[in-house]
Amino acid sequence: MSDATMALRQVGYEQRAFWRNPASAFFAFAFPLMFLGIFGTQNRGARLESLGGIPYNSYYVPALITFGVIGACMTNISMTMTIRRDSGVLKRVRGTPLPPWVFMAGVIGSSAVVSAILALLLTAAGNVFYSVNLPHHLGGLLITLVVGGMSFCALGLALSALIPNAEAAPAITNAVVLPLLFISGTFYPLDPNSVLTHIANWFPMRPLALAVFHCFDPSNDLRGVPWSDLWKVLLWGAAGLFVAVRRFQWAPRRT
Amino acid sequence: MPAIAVEGLRKSYGAVEAVRGLSFQVGEGEVFGLLGPNGAGKTTVVEILEGYRRRDAGSVSVLGVDPANGGRALRARVGIMLQECAMPAAFTATELLEMYAGYYPRPRRPGEVLELVGLTEKAGARIKTLSGGQQRRLDLALALIGDPELIFLDEPTTGFDPSARRDAWEIVRGIRTLGRTVLLTTHYMDEAQNLSDRICVIAGGEVVAEGSPETLGGRQVAAARIRFVLPDGVDVRSLPLTAQAVDGHALIETATPTRTLHELTSWALQRDLELPGLEVTRPSLEDVYLELTRPPQS
Repeated sequence: MSDATMALRQVGYEQRAFWRNPASAFFAFAFPLMFLGIFGTQNRGARLESLGGIPYNSYYVPALITFGVIGACMTNISMTMTIRRDSGVLKRVRGTPLPPWVFMAGVIGSSAVVSAILALLLTAAGNVFYSVNLPHHLGGLLITLVVGGMSFCALGLALSALIPNAEAAPAITNAVVLPLLFISGTFYPLDPNSVLTHIANWFPMRPLALAVFHCFDPSNDLRGVPWSDLWKVLLWGAAGLFVAVRRFQWAPRRT
Repeated sequence: MPAIAVEGLRKSYGAVEAVRGLSFQVGEGEVFGLLGPNGAGKTTVVEILEGYRRRDAGSVSVLGVDPANGGRALRARVGIMLQECAMPAAFTATELLEMYAGYYPRPRRPGEVLELVGLTEKAGARIKTLSGGQQRRLDLALALIGDPELIFLDEPTTGFDPSARRDAWEIVRGIRTLGRTVLLTTHYMDEAQNLSDRICVIAGGEVVAEGSPETLGGRQVAAARIRFVLPDGVDVRSLPLTAQAVDGHALIETATPTRTLHELTSWALQRDLELPGLEVTRPSLEDVYLELTRPPQS
């Protein structure tokens, strides 16, 4: 069996583990869809004057896609990899002939599958129930989501390498990710001149939210990839990869 | 060629020398018991052999290969059962074994391995429904799925009840009949005694004794103890040999138990005496082990 086939099989195993664990599936899917149902309905017909009078939900759907991708990639990987490391699962895998990169490809590929399903569901639900326009250019959105997804997977691996133990994983991960999501406009639009927005511009969450929004924004007609924001995400992803490669551990940490 | 050869192995963590110039060999097809108190350096040695840790000095060969750069090819020939390790709770036993079988070039069939560890009837059960002992056996099955030439068992029966331990021993004996080499670490002397062809005791990062369970630490030539209940009216000083009286028993330590016993029983027969509770014992493996690993200052 070639390594590529093994990687595909790993994606399958990761997916099986994901869907059979109701908690992980619930957090990844239920929250974004529930938010769309609640806030989408509440703001139906509302317009955003700060964004040229576009419908609220044309902003909110791409924002929720960003929220979902970051959850499926960074939050999910940071927590599950720390728990697997501390419970010895990674150590056992490392003792088999399975190449480490194939295992990682399975984990990342599985997050990509979840992200893709989520983006599809949100786009479709937004279009059907809230008349949100479809993205201008499918290729541009696809590249944006791939760059964003991979970068946040790398950041998830990097974060798990910095978390001391499994008990601390949910708390530290949420403490890092949630505040940044709040100031990045993934829950509601932000005043672009606020101090918090200026801070958020230095982190990767807001640039990804803006990049995904540009792919949908009805007030423009972007035909390509929104690199003006996406480059920041890519840079953060590269930094995450650097930390992950240097610091990632397969064996449980005992103090 | 030995399955494992270790020569002058050294490893330090900061200023602490965990392993100091350790050497031993494990023959092919042998069950080798590595014993030692906590902190003796056992885990460090095993993890260096498994390829998880790098050594500071010395030479190590596992199946003829240096585990520090044995890579994928060596890992395909070795099975590792870790001390504690979680499993995906939502998978069935067979699904998990199929997944791991896919990692090896020439795996055994999952059904075959489940039979070997006595889990056939749990083949389709989700892992979360298995008891702790059953999960441990599945752990062992994972170490066997790649049909390894060498198997590391790190404290395989810790936390087992006595009957589960007996079952596990049967499984290990079964592995031995497959002609595979086993390196076993354990805290239980009876386990080491029952399973190992050879035992190596390490303490303070050094080998303090090596031998078969029967001969370890000179056990076969150590003083034997003869003990019996002193018959009524017999004083310990009237015996033909130097003996101590302990709790109504006479106790004789001797390096030549055959001769001593002969003298003692001749003496008793001449007087038409029966010696109730007569027994001859050697120091147990546990006695030898405790003696060998006793910290020097106490």
